[in-house]
Amino acid sequence: MSQAAKRGLAARRLFERLLPRIVVSPLFAASLFFVYGFIAWTVYISFTRSGVLPSYTLDGLSQYIRLWATPRWQVALGNLFIFCTLFIALCTAIGVLLAILLDQRIRIEGAIRTVYLYPMALSFIVTGTAWKWILNPGLGIERLMHSMGFAGFRFDWLVNPKMAIYTVVIAGVWQSSGYVMALFLAGLRSVDDEIIKAAAIDGAGPLRTYASVVLPIMRPVFLSSFIILAHLAIKSFDLVVALTGGGPGYATDMPATFMYSFAFQRSELGTAAASAVMMLATILAVIVPYLYSELRGANK
Amino acid sequence: MTQTAPAGIVRRKGLRHRLMRILLFAVLGVFCLYYLLPLFIMMATSLKSLDEIRTGTLVSLPRQITFDAWLKAWGSACVGVRCDGLKPYIWNSVLMVVPAVAISTALGAVNGYALTKWRFPGANTIFALMLFGAFIPFQVVLLPMARTLGVLGLAGSVSGLILVHTVYGLAFTTLFFRNFFMGVSDGIVQAAKIDGAGFFGIFSQIVLPMALPAIVVTVIWQFTQIWNDFLFGVAFTVGDSNPVTVALNNVVNTSTGVKEYNVDMAAAIITALPTLLVYVLAGKYFVRGLAAGAVKG
Repeated sequence: MSQAAKRGLAARRLFERLLPRIVVSPLFAASLFFVYGFIAWTVYISFTRSGVLPSYTLDGLSQYIRLWATPRWQVALGNLFIFCTLFIALCTAIGVLLAILLDQRIRIEGAIRTVYLYPMALSFIVTGTAWKWILNPGLGIERLMHSMGFAGFRFDWLVNPKMAIYTVVIAGVWQSSGYVMALFLAGLRSVDDEIIKAAAIDGAGPLRTYASVVLPIMRPVFLSSFIILAHLAIKSFDLVVALTGGGPGYATDMPATFMYSFAFQRSELGTAAASAVMMLATILAVIVPYLYSELRGANK
Repeated sequence: MTQTAPAGIVRRKGLRHRLMRILLFAVLGVFCLYYLLPLFIMMATSLKSLDEIRTGTLVSLPRQITFDAWLKAWGSACVGVRCDGLKPYIWNSVLMVVPAVAISTALGAVNGYALTKWRFPGANTIFALMLFGAFIPFQVVLLPMARTLGVLGLAGSVSGLILVHTVYGLAFTTLFFRNFFMGVSDGIVQAAKIDGAGFFGIFSQIVLPMALPAIVVTVIWQFTQIWNDFLFGVAFTVGDSNPVTVALNNVVNTSTGVKEYNVDMAAAIITALPTLLVYVLAGKYFVRGLAAGAVKG
């Protein structure tokens, strides 16, 4: 074999060896640019006086001070708190209940599961549109109750600034509770039958078996469904837009709609960036400890 | 009370058991209604005339079924100033979703394969760093993305949306394929390497055929996510290039003229139909995607 051919072969070997890295690197670079680079840009802008156009002169914490002094932001945070709490609590309660009920050797379980889970396939915009109609103050549930003989029934949550945020909870729970059911059902299926038998032999009734034996085993499922629901809640945007449009006024604004409105409707880039950074910080506070424990567990 | 004790206990137990079963099915049934009722109401409303909507109630069946609302939602409802119905926007969504799903799935497959079967120093760190993209609230990238699309000349276009969905879908598709390939034994790949097969040879001949379930799960997940997306659509497109979710929201929230609830409902069902169809046909894979995407939510 000639020297040149040998060198050619070596070069090809080297190329083959580096190929995986060559394939991964543009994707990794894209992620560095579009995720980390963009986050850095947003964080930077949040420390400037940017208005309609981005300005690159640093201005300390002025945007954050403005943000926290904005009543609309405070409403958005209050709504996020109400929504998060109720959304997570109700989805978990319904999800756990349905998973336990479905775990009782039901013959048509597959069909029922399909029904419980289908809202997850819908866009939040579709869900919002449907519930906007169902909760319609004139023609919706109110009319239905009137026709059933409850003449004094009033249901105006959708247009009532004090109650409108709860309509978002109603629609959100309808859409996402089936997901929690699916997570818990999968978890219940992986519980060792021996443990349940042992509990039965010890004389524990079904209720007690679930409450003090099975559910404690499901702690990881509780944790991951909590993370998922919190993540969904913090990011919720579409549902609010479709259901209430953030209204009446800005009574149902959430951080995500606040950010969108300041960025694209009012063109106050600095404040919008500051609110986006606050959202990121909230999500990181929930997710980083979780990811850390997950990855550490996986590496063991 | 003359019955003998053992038989009584058994009887009572049987009765109690039966009562519990009835209660169980009653509760399950009530929840079935809870989940199905909105769909039923949407369906019923979309088949009624406006007069009937005003005189009837939410759950009353249409006395006279009419498809006018469906025809209008599809072909002539007004979205902003344009009155061509949802049809052009459905087309936008299709044009967006097909390339975005194909590209992000293909890249995720190669990436997941390279990161698991050709481990090189730093592969795990790269994966962890890329995975982070799956958790961020997208609000934090909206502003720079809008500017970047402007610089690239893709602002307000379907191509711009394809790029956005591909870039931010990559974290999920990589995650799905990486998890799948982690469960595939290295032995086959090692043997093929010894036989002299290269990176792409092993990928296309051995790994890809094996990865069919992962491909199905990923495609379904990406399709559902991208079709249902609203945030990117509303932030990065205008008017004619809106995806269907944005158009639906515009139809429903136009404040001019008479509120046509039947058209709204028909439009909502039309928008939901593709993902619902995928769910009904491939529910198993959809659920698997949900479980795999559980880290994300």
